[in-house]
Amino acid sequence: MAANSSPSNGAKGMTVIVKTISSWVKMLIFLFGIYIIITGHLTPGGGFAGGVIIAGSYVLLMLAFGREFVEENLPLRWASRFDCIGALLFALVAVLGLILGGSFFVNWLFRQQILPSKALELVSAGTIPLSNIFIGIKVGASLFLIILVLSMFRPAHLRGEKE
Amino acid sequence: MAYAWCFLLFMTGLYCAVVKKNMVKIVLGIIIMEYAVNIFLIMLGYRIGGVAPIVGKGELAGIDKVTSAFVNNCVDPLPQALVLTSIVISLGSLALMIALCIRTYERYGTFDITEIRRLRG
Amino acid sequence: MNIPLPVFVAIPLIAAFFLPILSGLGRKAKSFATLLANLATISLLVLAVLALGRSEDIQVYEIGKWSIPIGINMVLDGLSSLLLLAIGVVSTAAMLFSTRYMEQYTAKPKYLSLFMLMVAGMNGVVLSGDLFNLYVFLEIASIASYALVGFGCNNEELEAAFKYMVLGTIASVFVLFGIGLVYGNTGTLNMAYASKAINTVGLNPGLAFALALFVAGFGLKAALVPFHAWLPDAHPSAPAPISAMLSGVLIKTLGVYALTRMVFCIFGVSVTIGWLLVVLGLVSMVVGAFLAFGQWDFKRLLAYSSISQVGYVVLGLGLGATLLAQGHAAWASLAILGGLFHLVNHAVYKSLLFLTSGSVQMSTGTRQLKQMGGLAEKLPFTRTTCTIASASIAGIPPFSGFWSKLILVVAAVGAGLYWIAAIIVFVSLCTLIMYLKVQRYAFLGELPENLQQIKEHRGSMLVAMVLLAVLCSFMGLLVLVPYLRATVLTPAVDVLTDGLLYAVNVIGK
Repeated sequence: MAANSSPSNGAKGMTVIVKTISSWVKMLIFLFGIYIIITGHLTPGGGFAGGVIIAGSYVLLMLAFGREFVEENLPLRWASRFDCIGALLFALVAVLGLILGGSFFVNWLFRQQILPSKALELVSAGTIPLSNIFIGIKVGASLFLIILVLSMFRPAHLRGEKE
Repeated sequence: MAYAWCFLLFMTGLYCAVVKKNMVKIVLGIIIMEYAVNIFLIMLGYRIGGVAPIVGKGELAGIDKVTSAFVNNCVDPLPQALVLTSIVISLGSLALMIALCIRTYERYGTFDITEIRRLRG
Repeated sequence: MNIPLPVFVAIPLIAAFFLPILSGLGRKAKSFATLLANLATISLLVLAVLALGRSEDIQVYEIGKWSIPIGINMVLDGLSSLLLLAIGVVSTAAMLFSTRYMEQYTAKPKYLSLFMLMVAGMNGVVLSGDLFNLYVFLEIASIASYALVGFGCNNEELEAAFKYMVLGTIASVFVLFGIGLVYGNTGTLNMAYASKAINTVGLNPGLAFALALFVAGFGLKAALVPFHAWLPDAHPSAPAPISAMLSGVLIKTLGVYALTRMVFCIFGVSVTIGWLLVVLGLVSMVVGAFLAFGQWDFKRLLAYSSISQVGYVVLGLGLGATLLAQGHAAWASLAILGGLFHLVNHAVYKSLLFLTSGSVQMSTGTRQLKQMGGLAEKLPFTRTTCTIASASIAGIPPFSGFWSKLILVVAAVGAGLYWIAAIIVFVSLCTLIMYLKVQRYAFLGELPENLQQIKEHRGSMLVAMVLLAVLCSFMGLLVLVPYLRATVLTPAVDVLTDGLLYAVNVIGK
């Protein structure tokens, strides 16, 4: 596993080159994920794709700096909460549709002209960007969780050999 | 013809999932099946020389209408939405399957299902 | 009263995502989470009962106010509301039971969350009026159930979960392939419009292949006999309330309901498909019963018996399809009534049996019948409820199982298929012997030395078991009292006998 391949003085993670580059690139990837999410109603992409990219930036950090570093930045518990909160907010959008528009998932922001809704502009399409953002939070957090949790497993007999 | 290839891929995946003894290979077989179905769905909506169903400035005619030329040329977007959803679902089930594989490996130290036989068929 | 239908999915989904937030907040938050989960299942049950009293026969709900060929719809008709009721009853009982039972396990909020996801998926499958949404909900319910089967994380559980997961995923891929074929041939995913299109163009080879894929896929989910290999491993490995859910409602909603909806309402019945279902049902009945004989593991025996009992349901529906295609509408509706009534009955008594097995396992620490004995004095309530459920499943007169089997026999005789009636009676006899064995080895006889100190776990577990036992005793009233029959069962039967009118009803609204 990547965490143990460091040649230098016992520090976790990969070599200096990888660490430096990934610390430059991580922010770009994260921002690109956010861009994909918030323009999800205009261009291809959206909540799921953007969320995957955001999770990707964390996975890059995990590979370069080791799992512990990432866990300090975004503890498991908080990731799990983000996961649930994203889903709950998405459900909230749907339920608000029932309350304000009379049916689940009604695009109440769009139908009642609360926000300006000119086609192909960033603030348009009512609740769709909102849903995209919440889905993005959920997917990002849950994908990050999946990869983090999967990387935590270590077979019992292998664990004995390494230490 | 393309559908036949797709079906062949599906059958390959099914064969792999049913016959192989290694848990990881079984998982791979299932993934191949899922992708065969995804490709099949994409091909359903394809039309030769079609454009991607993305509305940009040029395709708009009026506030909320797209031009009829665009409608007549673009490929069917619905199967693409279906494939996106099915990819998400298969991602979820893949994660769970891999987690089960890892946990089983943790217990038995092997991926071979012929050696993992607590339960009788 | 008309209920906004997505509520049936939204309540458990919101609960599922709200409960894990409470997990890190100490002991009080955990019991609060359990309380919330119970409230959610009970409210679903109440809503399902309210849904029976709706004003129209069929209620169509367009999500987001998009009209149907473009948007997604949810449909509540007689069959759906029957299944909703069954899911409501079983999930309420299972949730009550797990309040106490799941304290043996860690990570209870995760369990509750997965449980809620499973309920949401099942309600979604039952209500969906759109093929692809049916697939999505089917996957939600299945993935939650795979995780729940492996919840204990012991060797056997992991292995059973993996086996279940592989076969279940293959089934889902089959279903998705079938849906793709239907879309390719009809150009729509809406069930009503697909049904209309299929019945104007007829069953071309692509659609026939899709139907075959649906039979294989949903048959795998329903554990009909050639596809049953996963069930006897998966159902005993899960925690007892989950076994109750899996055997009680999951295989029926994901398997039998979905298959029935496809065959009766979308593709339309024919003699071939009817006989196919009859044969699948008969084989499942006989093989399941024979395999159950040899089992000494309490829950495994119950699991094999589930295969056999699902066989009854499918037999009834298949007989109905055959007779419908041949034009004997009266006998067909009787056979379908028998099948559906048996479905509800089986949901109740098999979940009760699994709950009692959980109670026995919690007290004695074993599932092996040979290591038990004389539990009748130690576990009086468990014993009584288990006896009621056994009597019911074996078809002893005042209890519910008798009536559904009687209806099936009468329908088979009425259709002139005496050999089917004979097989039904014969398998019923096998079931009786099987459950006598359970009674003999678990509850009667000598109490072993090491079990002298055990005591029964009371509280919410008891409430759940008694609730189901009471239902078991009085479910016969559902057919005997005309008012109840007219509100609960007849609308469901009408949906299936009218079959293709589904499309007309949905589109017409």
